[in-house]
Amino acid sequence: MTLDLAQFHETFFEEGFEALGSMETALLKLSAGEPDAELINTIFRVAHSIKGGSATFGFADVAAFTHTLETLLDQLRSGQRHVHSNIVDVLLRSVDVLREMLSSTQRKQPVASAFTAGLHAQLQAIVKSSADGGASAPPVAAAIAVAAGSPAAAGEPAVPGWHIRLIPGPLMMEHGNDPLRMLRELASLGTLVTRVDAGKVPTLAELDPEECVLSWQMELRSDAERAAIDQIFEWAEGECTLSIEPMSPVVSTQAAASNAAPAPAGTATAPAASAAAVTAAAAAAAPDAPVTPAVASRAAAAAKLPSAPEAVRSAASEGGSIRVSIEKIDELLNSVGELVITQSVCSQLAALLEGRQADELRNALVQFERHMRSLQESVMRVRMLPIASIFNRFPRMIRDLGQRLGKKVELKMSGDQTELDKTVLEKIGDPLVHLVRNAVDHGIEMPDQRRAAGKDEQGKISLHAYHKGGNVIVEVSDDGAGLQRDKILAKARERGLVGADEELPDDKILNLIFAPGFSTVEVLSDVSGRGVGMDVVRRNINQIGGHVQLHSTPGKGSTVRIRLPLTLAILDGQLARVGREIYIVPIVSIVETIQIKRDQINSLAGKAELFRLRDEYIPIIRLYELFGIQADNTDLLNGLLMIVEADGKRVGLFVDELLSQQQVVIKSLETNFRQVTALAGATMLGDGRVALILDIPGVIVRYMDQPCRAEPAKEAA
Amino acid sequence: MSRNAASAQQVLTFKLAGEEYGLGILAVQEIRGWSAVTTIPHAPEWVLGVMDLRGVTVPVIDLRRRFELEPAQFGPATVVIVIRVPSGEQERTLGLVVDAVSEVYDLAASDCHSLPDLGSAAASELVQGLAQREGKTLILLDVARLAMSVVH
Repeated sequence: MTLDLAQFHETFFEEGFEALGSMETALLKLSAGEPDAELINTIFRVAHSIKGGSATFGFADVAAFTHTLETLLDQLRSGQRHVHSNIVDVLLRSVDVLREMLSSTQRKQPVASAFTAGLHAQLQAIVKSSADGGASAPPVAAAIAVAAGSPAAAGEPAVPGWHIRLIPGPLMMEHGNDPLRMLRELASLGTLVTRVDAGKVPTLAELDPEECVLSWQMELRSDAERAAIDQIFEWAEGECTLSIEPMSPVVSTQAAASNAAPAPAGTATAPAASAAAVTAAAAAAAPDAPVTPAVASRAAAAAKLPSAPEAVRSAASEGGSIRVSIEKIDELLNSVGELVITQSVCSQLAALLEGRQADELRNALVQFERHMRSLQESVMRVRMLPIASIFNRFPRMIRDLGQRLGKKVELKMSGDQTELDKTVLEKIGDPLVHLVRNAVDHGIEMPDQRRAAGKDEQGKISLHAYHKGGNVIVEVSDDGAGLQRDKILAKARERGLVGADEELPDDKILNLIFAPGFSTVEVLSDVSGRGVGMDVVRRNINQIGGHVQLHSTPGKGSTVRIRLPLTLAILDGQLARVGREIYIVPIVSIVETIQIKRDQINSLAGKAELFRLRDEYIPIIRLYELFGIQADNTDLLNGLLMIVEADGKRVGLFVDELLSQQQVVIKSLETNFRQVTALAGATMLGDGRVALILDIPGVIVRYMDQPCRAEPAKEAA
Repeated sequence: MSRNAASAQQVLTFKLAGEEYGLGILAVQEIRGWSAVTTIPHAPEWVLGVMDLRGVTVPVIDLRRRFELEPAQFGPATVVIVIRVPSGEQERTLGLVVDAVSEVYDLAASDCHSLPDLGSAAASELVQGLAQREGKTLILLDVARLAMSVVH
């Protein structure tokens, strides 16, 4: 039987792209000046696994490229070569090339060789040159320098520090004092170089898993006080041998260098973050005793944990996940939606029954409903992903853009663990990229302009995601020049969007940049400013039920705030009746509902009707008229007016009656029918009827599009 | 070409204003009694609305109105034929309101005839061809085109 490898291709590509993402992240951290053996290992592993996979599947181009890449990375890893910013640049470009190669291969298209060959040649050149340049430094010493960020190698002035020696006593672990925790806390104070002494590890037969047989010598580079270190060991006092001595900077760097020489037997010298090295060292330390994997991995963990919190965190967040196709989840979600409807049918039926048993049935059904709700929530949560998957692309983008435009930009991100529905995430990626690009291109000024304005040369862009009232808010802000209102207004007049003498309030001026094809940039750059932009951003975000708001202070910067629904599949709705039909109005759109009094109605040239809400005039939309159906009431005084809001516009919907509020599962009308303006979809009610969900922006658009209806609010104001 | 006479197939036939129509039985998902639907605003008048079919919203089409025939009162005998048709890249589900369902026939290729050119008259774009069976003439419906006309 032949094995069909093609079936694994998809997985290879999927994992490949993912791995390239983590390689990119690691490279960006490297470039930010935190050389760390674990990061280099991560990058190396990615290159290595892509090389292995592509060779297995016969993607020779990819395999050849990654082979060269791997050679270079190996030189970095073994310390033959230092991490330079130009190497990081080349590596970042390799990520792009690899991505391109993978996606062409995935589409079964030939790889554009001109694109890849140049970089490949460059990589090969670097690999060769390093053979001469890097040979003088002893490999191990360099590895340690990279691993611990030792100032000795970088030639920077040394930070004060402490020599710490920790020999745990036999009872320390049993009393709940875990040396790992202490090492981790020490590492949090500064840069920690640990040397583990595994000389006392007995044979497996004699090994007591409760006893800590390892001991440590540490160099902590930190300006931490003695008291802070004492505090860490406070609980272990008397259960271990401990010495803490301040070190003089000069001596310590020499010590680091001399310790980097071939390790004496019994004392393993290893970069703290390199698990592999420690494992090997532990094995070497007890050559005649069979070292069990358990001991080795414990030694590895002991050395790895304290100084590599990054690695630990990522390992924890990866903790046991499975890859499931989105269809399966949607199917599940659909079935749950059906169950919710069936359950509400049952509850309605039970409400009609009488007698003692009927009461019991109803109680049981209440419980049923509660469980249903939690089931529904859990299933919804499966589709939720952290927004980090989108945020992660920005550090790279800003770095590249800043370089290209000659601007200095710092990116701050927070709330990247905020979760959103996968569909929402997919749809906000492009708008966010656009906003961030705008912020770098138009928002942040050139360094000399910033200096002239008395600001820090480096501009700040921040991305901030958080929950607010059942929605997720994503903010993109910059501390740049802000929007120039006069420029926008002039451009709008030029394009005929605003009359020549017409004056507009500030917020209306800002809103002009959302008009189709609007751009105030005189010189078109290849970054942004082609005038396709903010209108698309707003439309895309509106399409998924979100809202965009813009704030800008001249000289201080701009903030774009995007409000997004958590999910697209379920909506909190207010049921409203018009004649025989029941419509669902998204609760997020509702401002208030009002019983109309005669003196609040104004009519405009007999065409439009306006409702006076405090000092605002609001157009009245008679839903039965708009939808061409029969209503109970045509007299405004007998019905209710729901004030709803979308895109900053308010209108009043005239309905017969308000019914309950409930969560509804949104069913697409497009699946079997088509998109209908003013409708966001349909849902099933408890009695099996279909109710239509109103799309408020669409309702307003349809109302405006009706013949003989100007926008009445303007004249009335 | 879809306009050619259909090859050997089984068709379900139904009555509509005194005429007998047929559609390929493989497209038929189920037959249901008539129940009220939810009106869709601004839809073509031959789209009666949407109904819930086990959690899926399905548009219901009045075939009489689609063929510009005299609308009928819906009664207990009125049935909805639910069909599933490939349309574009996916399958669409539609409900067709007809007067009554009548028979299932096996049609040989020789039974089927293509439609003469009628120009734009008589909604002929929805008709695949004609078939002779037991002295009766069946009008064979082009369900794919019908589905397309619903979606666009």
